[in-house]
This record gives sequence, C-alpha cells and structure tokens, in this order.
Amino acid sequence: MFVSYKWLQDYVDLSGINATELADKITKSGIEVEGVEKKSEGLKGVVIGHVIEREQHPNADKLNRCQVDIGAENPVQIICGAPNVDKGQKVAVATVGAVLPGNFKIKKAKLRGEESHGMICSLQELGFESKLVSKDYATGIFVFPNDVEVGKDALEELGLSDEVLELGLTPNRSDALSMLGVAYEVGAILGREVKWPVIEKEEATEKATDYISVKVEAKEDNPLYIAKFIKDVKIGPSPLWMQTRLMSAGIRPHNNVVDITNYILLEYGQPLHAFDYDRFGSKEIVIRRAKDAEKIVTLDEAERTLSPEHLVITNGTEPVAIAGVMGGADSEVKNDTTNIIIESAYFAGTVVRKASKDHGLRSEASARFEKGVDPARVREAGERAAQLIAQYAGGTVLQGAAEVDELIMEPAVISITLEKINTLLGTSMTVAEVESIFKRLQFGVELDNETFTITVPTRRGDITIEADLVEEAARLYGYDNIPATLPIGSATPGQLTDYQVKRRKARRTLEGAGLYQAVTYSLTSEEKASQFALETRESIRLAMPMSEERSQLRLSIVPQLLEVVKYNNARQLDSLALYEIGSVFFKQDGQELPDEKEHIAGAITGLWEAHLWQGEKKPVDFFVAKGVIEALFDTLGLADQISYRQAEINDMHPGRTAEVLLNGDVIGFIGQVHPTVQKDLDIKETYIFELSLKALSEAEVAPIAYETIPRYPSTTRDIALVVDQATKAGDIQDIIEEAGGKLLKEVSIFDLYEGERMEEGKKSIAYSLKYFDPARTLTDEDITKAHEKVLEAVKEKAGAELRG
Amino acid sequence: MMQERLLELQEEALQKVAAASELKELNEVRVAYLGKKGPITEVLRGMGKLSAEERPKIGALANDVREAIATKIEEKQKALETAAVNAKLATETIDVTLPGRPVNKGNLHPLTRVVEEVEDLFIGMGYTVAEGPEVESDYYNFEALNLPKSHPARDMQDSFYITDEILMRTHTSPVQARTMEKHKGQGPVKIICPGKVYRRDNDDATHSHQFQQIEGLVIDENISMSDLKGTLDVFAKKVFGQDREIRLRPSFFPFTEPSVEVDISCKICGGKGCSVCKQTGWIEVLGGGIVHPNVLEMAGFDSKKYSGFAFGIGVERIAMLKYGVDDIRHFYTNDVRFLKQFNHHEA
Ligand SMILES: [Zn+2]
Repeated sequence: MFVSYKWLQDYVDLSGINATELADKITKSGIEVEGVEKKSEGLKGVVIGHVIEREQHPNADKLNRCQVDIGAENPVQIICGAPNVDKGQKVAVATVGAVLPGNFKIKKAKLRGEESHGMICSLQELGFESKLVSKDYATGIFVFPNDVEVGKDALEELGLSDEVLELGLTPNRSDALSMLGVAYEVGAILGREVKWPVIEKEEATEKATDYISVKVEAKEDNPLYIAKFIKDVKIGPSPLWMQTRLMSAGIRPHNNVVDITNYILLEYGQPLHAFDYDRFGSKEIVIRRAKDAEKIVTLDEAERTLSPEHLVITNGTEPVAIAGVMGGADSEVKNDTTNIIIESAYFAGTVVRKASKDHGLRSEASARFEKGVDPARVREAGERAAQLIAQYAGGTVLQGAAEVDELIMEPAVISITLEKINTLLGTSMTVAEVESIFKRLQFGVELDNETFTITVPTRRGDITIEADLVEEAARLYGYDNIPATLPIGSATPGQLTDYQVKRRKARRTLEGAGLYQAVTYSLTSEEKASQFALETRESIRLAMPMSEERSQLRLSIVPQLLEVVKYNNARQLDSLALYEIGSVFFKQDGQELPDEKEHIAGAITGLWEAHLWQGEKKPVDFFVAKGVIEALFDTLGLADQISYRQAEINDMHPGRTAEVLLNGDVIGFIGQVHPTVQKDLDIKETYIFELSLKALSEAEVAPIAYETIPRYPSTTRDIALVVDQATKAGDIQDIIEEAGGKLLKEVSIFDLYEGERMEEGKKSIAYSLKYFDPARTLTDEDITKAHEKVLEAVKEKAGAELRG
Repeated sequence: MMQERLLELQEEALQKVAAASELKELNEVRVAYLGKKGPITEVLRGMGKLSAEERPKIGALANDVREAIATKIEEKQKALETAAVNAKLATETIDVTLPGRPVNKGNLHPLTRVVEEVEDLFIGMGYTVAEGPEVESDYYNFEALNLPKSHPARDMQDSFYITDEILMRTHTSPVQARTMEKHKGQGPVKIICPGKVYRRDNDDATHSHQFQQIEGLVIDENISMSDLKGTLDVFAKKVFGQDREIRLRPSFFPFTEPSVEVDISCKICGGKGCSVCKQTGWIEVLGGGIVHPNVLEMAGFDSKKYSGFAFGIGVERIAMLKYGVDDIRHFYTNDVRFLKQFNHHEA
C-alpha cells in the first residue's frame, strides 16, 4: 500500500510531523514502512508552459518547432518530437538548466539547425513508470487541463513533490489497505481525530429501482449488494488532482468514472465496479455461482471458462463480471457511455480468492475482498462514488439504490483484565494507560473495576480474541517500554539426546580426520535422486517442481557431493576431503510420510598427504577412505561390530568397492567411483562412502570398563602365510582370532607381498600375533601350543602354507 | 729430592693436559703419567730408601699429585667431549622456518557452526534440542499452527507440495507442534528446533529454496513477552557480541499473538545508520511472539493456565551477518576456499 503524505492530511492532522517521522512512528507501532519516496528528489526546473505556436521543423518531418510561454518575459523556442504536441496546450517544460531523472541536465541545443531552449516532457521523462501513464499520453507529451497557471512548478502540479510511504502490510492488517484505515492507525499513534469525507447527497426524484433490480442467489457469498444508478454522465478525464493521487498509489488513470471507482477503492478500501447500463443487456442484476463451463470475456479481452466455484454477476442470463475479480468486456464503461450502474458489494473472501487464483487475476479489488472489506463502509463507499461522479462526470444520481442487504454485522465484543495484559507482556501498565490506548484506537471501551469490555469496530476484523487486544496494547504502549526478563519456573535439564551426541561425535571425528563439512540440496534431478542409493527404493517427486534439476528428493547424498567435487575440480582445487550429514528420503508404501533417515557421506580425492619439500606425496586410495570410517566406528564404539564385504554396486569400481556391515546388516558402502562415471563427471579419481547414521546410532555399545594394565610381558610371533590370490586377508584374520583362543590378544598385518617371487596365483600375507595372559608370564610351551592351533586352522580352513 | 721430582712431574703432566687437543692425545697423557709404568709409580718405587718419617709425607704428596693430574685430565676430557658434540651438532643445523608436516584437519560448515553455537547456548539455559521430519504433513506444517487451508497467510510462504497433504516443511515450527502434542498438555516445554526448511524461491544472492532455521519454544505458567525479550537479548549478545542491543517491533505470524520482529543494533555503524542497515541503525534478524492460544489448545494445552513464547531464527541470515558473507549461495556451493575459512575458535 502506497500512502501519499499530502492525501493522508485530508483525514488526519499531520501538523508538526514530517513524512519521515511519521514513517518511523508507524513502523514502531506495527506496520512496517518499507520506504518513503519523494519522486521530485533531485529534479528541478520543470514549469508549466503554454504552446502558443507550433509549426513543422523546416528541416525535419518528425520534429515540431514550438514557441512556448513559460511565464518569462519572452516565449522560448523548443524543438519537440512528440506527435501529440499542439498549439494551445499547457505542457510540462524542462527549461534550460533543469535536471530530470537520472541526473539528465537540460542544456540549450541546436536540432537540425534550429535552436531549442528546453524540452517538453512526457510523464515517463519526469520519472513516472510507463504502466502508470494514462493511455492518452502513453506515447507523447502530457497535456495539462487548461486551468493550470503558466510558469508554475509542474512537478508540484503533478504531485511529485509529495512524499509517498510504502507500507509493508502483513495479512492481518488489511484494514490499512485504505487511506481511511491508515488514518485510523495514524490517529491512534498520534492521538488525533479521524475526519471522514463529507458526502453531499443530491439525488433526483427518479429512483434507481425504476431502472434496475438486484437478486442474489448465493447469499453466503454475497450478503450485501448495492447498485447505484447515475444517468447522463459524460465520460472524460478525471481532475488532475485525482489522477496524481491515483498515480501516487500505483494506479493508472483511465477516465473520470473508472478513476472515481479506483479513488474510492483507495479511500475506503471498498472495491467498486461500474457497468454501462445500456450495454448491460437487461434490467436485472442476478448474482449467482457460475454454471459449469460457462464463459465470460473479461475486460482484458481474455475468454475465461468458469466453474460453480466462482461467483458471477449476471444480467439474468449471462455473466457480466466475475464477482470481486474483474468485469466483463461487454458492459465496460466506454467513451460514449451515458448511464452507469455502480456496484458496491460485500463478497466473501474465499470465493473471490478461488476465482482470482484460478484465473491468475490478482487485482487491487480481489486483494481487498480476499482479506475481507469492512462491511460498515460498503454503503457509504457507493454513495460517495455516486456523488463524485455527479460532480466530475456530470449526470444525475437517481434516488436510493437497487439492493439486497442481508448482512448481519456484529462487532466483536471481547473482555480482558488488566492483569491478563500485564502478565502476558511482563509490564505494569495502569488502567488509565490501557484505557487510553483503546480509546485512541476508537474501540468501544467499558470498564468495570479492572476488566475492560471492548467493542471492536468492523474495520478491524483481525481482532477476535484477548490476545489480539494484548497486541494492540503492546504496540501502542511501545515494545521499547517492555522490560527484558528471563523465564522463571521449574528448572529443566538442558541436554542433547544420545543420537545428537553421536552425530556431533561423528562430525568431530571426520573433521579430525581432515574432512570438511559440506551442506548440499535435498532436492535433485530424477536421475541423480537414486544414483548410489544404499537401498533400492522408490524416490519421491514434488507435485510442482520449479525445475527438473530440483524435482526429486534424494535417496543418497553422494551425487551432490560429487557435484561439489566437480565444482572444485573445475577450479583447480584437486585435493578434497568432504563429508555431509543429511537426510535421505525413501517412499514408504501405505505411509503418508516418507522414511526419512540421516546418512553420513564422504568424498575424498587428490592427495591425502603432501609434504612436498620433503618429497612426500600420498594420493588418496581405498584404504585412506577406509581408515576414515574405521576411525568413525572406533569413536562410536562399534569397531568390533563392523565388517566389510567385497561388493558390486552400480557406478562404483567393481574391484574396489565394499559393503559395510554392522552385525551382519548392510549399513553402507565404500569404494572408488567407477572410472566411467568419473570421466563423465569430469572429476579426478574419487573415493566415496555413505553410511546410515541412524543404523550406527541405534547399535548397542559396550560400556567402558577398565582393564588391568598388563603386569606380565607379552610375546609376539610373526608368521608369513602363502595363500591363493583371491583369499581375503580379513577372512584369515577371523580364522586366526578364532583359533588363537584366550591367550591371543592382538593380530595385525605387517606385510603383503604379491610380487614376482611368488608362485603364480598366490600371495603372501604376514601377520604379527601377540600372546598374553594377565595372570602370569607365558611359557614357551603355552605359546607354542596356542600357535600350533593357529597354524593348523589357517592351513585347514584357508589352505595357507607357512612361507619358507 | 723425591719431593721436587714429584712436583716437577705434576708440572710437566699438567702442561701436557693443557696442550692436548684431542681425546686420543689426552689418553696418552693419562697412560704416560698415571699408568703402572709411569714416572710417578717409578718415584714411589724408590720410597724404600726413605726414612720412616719421610715415607708417609712423600706417599701423601704422590697421591696429591696423581689426584691433581687425574682431575685436570677429567676436566679436559669433558671439555673435549663437549667440543666434539658441538662440532657434530653444528653440522646438523636445519632451517626452522621451513613449514612443518601438515596434519589433515577439517572443519564444520559455517551453518552447522552457528547451529551448534546456538544449541549450546540454549542447552545451558535448560532447553533440549528437538528435531522432526523435513517432509511434513499439511496438518503439522500449517493447520496445527493456526493456518487452516483457506488462511490468506499461506501465500506468505509458497511451498513445495508432494501431495495435497504432504509437503517439504516451510519452517521448523511443525517440530514445535509435534513436541507440544507429546507433552500432552503438561508444561514446562523448553525446546529449540534446528533444521532444514524449503520454500518456492528462485535461488539468488539473498534467496535459497533450501535454508536452515532454529526455532525456540517455551511453554510454562506466566511466560511473557518480556521473557522473550530477555531471552533474545541473551542470544543476540552471545552470537553477535556483548555490545549489541535488540529492539522488538510489532509484526504478524499466524501462530503467535502478539507477534514481533526482532532487530539487533548495527555493528558496522554502531546504530548511526549505514548502507548495511539501510540507514536505520538496526538489522532485522528474527521473528517471534507469544504463542497463539489456538496453537496451545490444538496441542492440548490449557491456554488459561499456560502461556508461551516462540521465536524463529534464520541460520543463513545469522551466518551472513556474523561472518559478513554476501551471497547465500556460497553456503550451498561448498567451494573449499569458502569452507576452509571457518576453521578456528573465536573468542
Ligand atoms: Zn549500520
């Protein structure tokens, strides 16, 4: 809502307070003023001129040579290219030395050999947006009405020296979608009175009902419909002051009748519609729901198909307007219109909202109906419009109106105690302070001891409960005056849940391992949504995506991380170690909501260790990535419950990928991105992992229990085993651990040899076995006995031979 | 005679010790003078010729001489050894200004950094951290928050629907609704709800279709607007600095009444007005208010007995203000040159 500072003074006294101060006060007490604009800021030197002579430029077909009286001693010569300039016009002249928008300075010039002392301006050249310029002057200069005084400041005449406040209205404050509504707000803030426009009713003896009748078939949608009738009008431009006010509010002037309906819309917040009576097609206005597939051609010349969800105004047979949204082209007021019906009605917000949404027609009118107009102003708005039309378009207002009025107007009555207000705000306001606030708002106030009974005017439809009154009290008392305290009450333990603690531990561990946390989008393309998914389940699509790129909910984090790798690789950032913790979403049959789980994913590429001046360089490989997740499992206390299984997963390197199992269940994978995928993405060799954080967090973890520090020495025996190439080191380790019994405390691999000195198809793995008994020093015999069992087991179960 | 000879030998030996420049040389002196075949032993062999009175005197003197020589040799040996070590170490000198071997070290994403900081602050004030699904039902996302299907305020946040009843949550408030429901009308409730949220916005420097929020909710008897003001004051000072002030302005949200918009004083200009704060001296950081009685009642709380406050913080907005980030898209591009900047503890 744009509010002209000058116009507002018609309704409330603003003396002693300038536009900027007013804006600040309005903002502080509840409606955010997003800006104060003075359109004439930086402009100067534009005066009203009178074109006393116009002839064609001797050397140019499309130019005019004009002599213009600008109120100076002598007229000046101005060369003007506008097609509509003519002798006798009053125009805006930017004189030599003038400054126009964009710091455009007017200088004396010579155009095709003829001197030009200034410029005759179009409204656009003076800073008006094209969409606000009346169609009459859209492609030429603006012509003033003849009664303006030559030499006067044209910017002033065009309302540009006014200041306009832009209000950012929240949906509850639709009462401020009118000048009168804003006046009430300002009146309450300043403690000043609101002055209503005075309507001088002058009506003919002839009655409106002699010409037209109204029938409402959908009374829930339209409980009040008033049709005023004005005879013998003459369509022409509206007065300049009205046009400039409309433009300041962002509405383009058309003609006197349409402008007046728009003016009332701005003044009262009540949308009106004017029908050409002679083109209406009947003497009967019937308001009803549209029939299925019924059609109407609206003012914008579009044919629209209606449905029973839309409310229409009809002439008894055909729709002539979509109620509250837009009129029909057939009954539009045109230059030759003489008899007019003015519609002033109350339409329900929901039905207007439905139609405006279905037809993509958001207008000043529909916006107001949707949020609810003040039922108390409907009648008066129609009266005022009729009076203004008689005043500015000639014509006679017929007596009364054709109407249906079944509107039940019940203002809200709410009781509230002083204590309630003070308790909810933490204030200590007095009865007098609160009473004064409600009175300034012009609410009805009855006071019984410390209980207020408030009658809320219908213009404030947003106030229905106690809390709404508390808000009114708070905002006018001033939030700056509310103290700052902390809640007192029963103490509550503040803590993270076990899951949240584990997630933080996971973050710390991965960061400690050198990974940076990334955050990517949950929405992705259909193709990427299911790539690298840990579980092959259906993904979820948005009903109306903004783009294909963000149309699907991800099943895996990896594709997004690979995008991050790609982005960085493309910027010569080759060594990357990234992780992300985020949700993935699986469709669940029979359930409304998806199965949403948090996963941990990582992507590592480039060099892992690099200490170049010492010649150290270690590229990332599978085991680097594996080391990272092993550290994670260790931190979470799950190292013993995790195992790995060689696996083939789509888009992963077939020989360098493993599934990660937690107590035998697959909870993730790790491996190298398939070289083909890597090439397609144009990234470097990359290792990735993705694990279910949910599964990891749910596993049972053994509590920490102190173990005695060994008092007796341990003994280490090393063995090198020759096995088949395909035998897994992990399997052999399992066999050793099982066979070694209680005395075997630790098994570690210290060498792997697959070189040419081995027999074809064989490899050698060297294990170091540590034997130890907490209660005594082991004898050679003890150890040998245990060790023999190990050797037997590996031979039998893995076909392993001791390497000679 | 013997006396003179011994003193002469001492003199001679000490000169040789002093002159020795290598351990080997010194050792030769030791063997030569203190060895079994050395001159002092020789002298002592001739002691038989002496009188009983003289014998102990000469014996004592001989011992003193031996002692003196041995001590000097010892001293000299230490000196030579130290010199030898020093000489060796001198050859081992390195350039200490060369860089050390890097230790791999990652860090949190700036958004998570803000979230953890805020979580810790509120945990310290007795809050727990509540979380909920990012795909929500229309009921929890809107209806339970006093936003029935026809409510005009639904326009304020155009949403990504999946079906008519399911959507990507547009705020973390549904977590509040779910938590309140679990409390079955029993206070107190003190939670903060961090999480990702989604709105139909085109991504540009200031908009992102995905962003993060932290909402807070306190329900108890006698919770007031002043409690909200005090709580947010603590928040602002912790996150933005002790010298920052907050200001409440009336606003509108369907789930709170009264509702407020909260500004913090501009750090750049100290409140005088600058381009960052659009000349106002204040920067809008969050919204909040007193929980709407409908919201309390829908979740099973008696709005006559209980009241509450709620607030919502935009994590990106906080991070942008706190670290001076000028484009919201940086948070989601994950350029490592960006990520690596959030790597150290700030006081
Ligand atoms: Zn500033």
